Amino acid sequence: MTGTSHEVASRTAATLDRTAAEGRAALVGYLPVGFPDVDASIEAARAMVDAGVDVVELGVPYSDPVMDGPLIQRAVEHALAGGVRVRDTLRAVEAVAATGAPVLVMTYWNPVVRYGVEAFARDIAAAGGAGLITPDLIPDEAGEWLEASDRHGLDRVFLVAPSSTTERLSLTARAARGFVYAASTMGVTGTRASVGADAERLVADTRRGGAERVCVGLGVSTAEQAAEVGRYADGVIVGSAFVRPLVEASTAAEGRDGLAEVVRDLAEGVRTARG
Amino acid sequence: MTGREQAAQHLAEPEPVEPGPVTSEAGFGPYFGDFGGRFVPEALIEALDELDTEYSKAKADPAFADELLRLHRTYTGRPSIITEVPRFAEHCGGVRVILKREDLNHTGSHKINNVLGQALLTKRLGKKRVIAETGAGQHGVATATAAALFDLDCTIYMGEEDTRRQALNVARMRLLGATVVPVTTGSRTLKDAINEALRDWVTNVGTTNYVFGTVAGPHPFPAMVRDLQRIIGVEARQQVLDLTGRLPDVVAACVGGGSNAIGIFHAFLDDASVRLVGLEAGGDGVDTGRHAATLTGGAPGVLHGARSYLLQDEDGQTIESHSISAGLDYPGVGPEHSWLATTGRAEYRPITDAQAMEAFRLLCRTEGIIPAIESSHALAGAMQLGREAAAEGRTDEVLLVNLSGRGDKDVETAASWFSLLDEEGSR
Repeated sequence: MTGTSHEVASRTAATLDRTAAEGRAALVGYLPVGFPDVDASIEAARAMVDAGVDVVELGVPYSDPVMDGPLIQRAVEHALAGGVRVRDTLRAVEAVAATGAPVLVMTYWNPVVRYGVEAFARDIAAAGGAGLITPDLIPDEAGEWLEASDRHGLDRVFLVAPSSTTERLSLTARAARGFVYAASTMGVTGTRASVGADAERLVADTRRGGAERVCVGLGVSTAEQAAEVGRYADGVIVGSAFVRPLVEASTAAEGRDGLAEVVRDLAEGVRTARG
Repeated sequence: MTGREQAAQHLAEPEPVEPGPVTSEAGFGPYFGDFGGRFVPEALIEALDELDTEYSKAKADPAFADELLRLHRTYTGRPSIITEVPRFAEHCGGVRVILKREDLNHTGSHKINNVLGQALLTKRLGKKRVIAETGAGQHGVATATAAALFDLDCTIYMGEEDTRRQALNVARMRLLGATVVPVTTGSRTLKDAINEALRDWVTNVGTTNYVFGTVAGPHPFPAMVRDLQRIIGVEARQQVLDLTGRLPDVVAACVGGGSNAIGIFHAFLDDASVRLVGLEAGGDGVDTGRHAATLTGGAPGVLHGARSYLLQDEDGQTIESHSISAGLDYPGVGPEHSWLATTGRAEYRPITDAQAMEAFRLLCRTEGIIPAIESSHALAGAMQLGREAAAEGRTDEVLLVNLSGRGDKDVETAASWFSLLDEEGSR
């Protein structure tokens, strides 16, 4: 890694290096904790790993998710109405990390501020979590988190967007550990007919800014899209397409089966990407 | 290496500047003491930088100030007058009460001050579309008005609950050519309208300017909207001096997000003798949990792009606010108010729905002015503050109250509150 964070070994980076050695991109899968309930979300995340996800992203449900589209909003509102707590995330991290896959926690910033940045970092690390993805925290505002993540050996995944300037790509690449999350298009989470053409250029620009590993998210929902993105990115991040079978199923078991099918399909996609 | 040194090395950014004394020159953002900043997706940073840069250029360009002033003189109706209200003042312990009449502005509230400035900026940015959030509908109506005037496409996000409470304002916006999108997520009120507007902006930022309605949100909105509303206090300060020969003892204003309050407070920040009092929406009472009194009943956190006080539970989830006034029904508050509150330069107190409606009724009956329910919170504050001053023998005090909007939009709510449409009330 570049910057001053080289002394902290990133578990996510180790997994991305392993998949790179296999000649493929990693598949990164997102699910919100607490949908349809906490135990079912843990089972779903474990099923996701069994079906071929390399890195797990567990979402902390939040009342004001400005980066999420309608599908994930609906799942998260359901989880909050069901009484899910931030501390449930810790239990989920522990249970899913037991699979051996790195588990990143995707969280809007206020729940962390409220919990206490240092305390949250300590407890995520103790639960076996690999780090945080922070969609509404830019490195400029992250002083306390940079410090806490170094102290507890956690990855810190920041986002870049097609609108990011060269200067900001470089700043974000220097601050990040694990990988940089490249948003494929301008917009919120959700499935799209095509992944933006901007994505490949953004990955190249982010690497030029100093990032060793760049994963692409937003809008990836099919094996073809996963294969396309997997040609040039270190990882393919999938959220809404994995949440959808859980939302549409009438039972948790049915949702898990549907999810596993979609995961296997996309896992096949990343394996065919580089021929 | 300390964490702060390490962060500085990571980012090659200067250390945060200590807040220093609270003066009108201190608060330029992005930080107001510990508050403010930019807690938004990276996708919006370029647009915020672009807005910040263009606004800085505009501030330094006399042509921008001239054009805004011309619009205020020939379109808004500025300067707005002040009105001394002696019959209402009898209910305020007999002190002198002076209203700053933002209710007489075109579109009926102070919101037009901000919107015309941001519409001019939209033109300077070369953008053809504006979006905005609205609670009571006042900011939405003002934005739709400016969009019509400047020939901009306009989409207004409004919580579904608020479109019901303020149906006439929905019709007004549509008459002006705006698209009104009812927001059906979350609590279906102002906070969710802001979320949806932010989602639109993240998606369409290349063509679209977000005309933010209050002094909250990410930098540069709190400082920019404050500057555009500052004219309220600049005018009022001189008008009160001209009328009374001295400064007011107290300046009172209602606080939701806080733009009319900052607008009237700011010109008095350097006048140490002037008490600045913000009146928050106490709803059913702060102790009931059904209120919107963010500074009284909230805690510091991050919402809608800024660190400030907000109503939140122990997990940091935003708590839904409650107020009879849609314009104050917001669980956050602008970061500059959090700064003024924690430094003690301004004080904030809650006014319940019932207290606000009593002040509403009194102003109608004693002065022939129907105030917005939002502004009625400031009037109720004046009643308390005046009586407190009188109780301590200071009956010569001068209270300046920002009458931020007119009550036409609230007639239905008031008619229902006072049962005016049944036989009992019609007598």
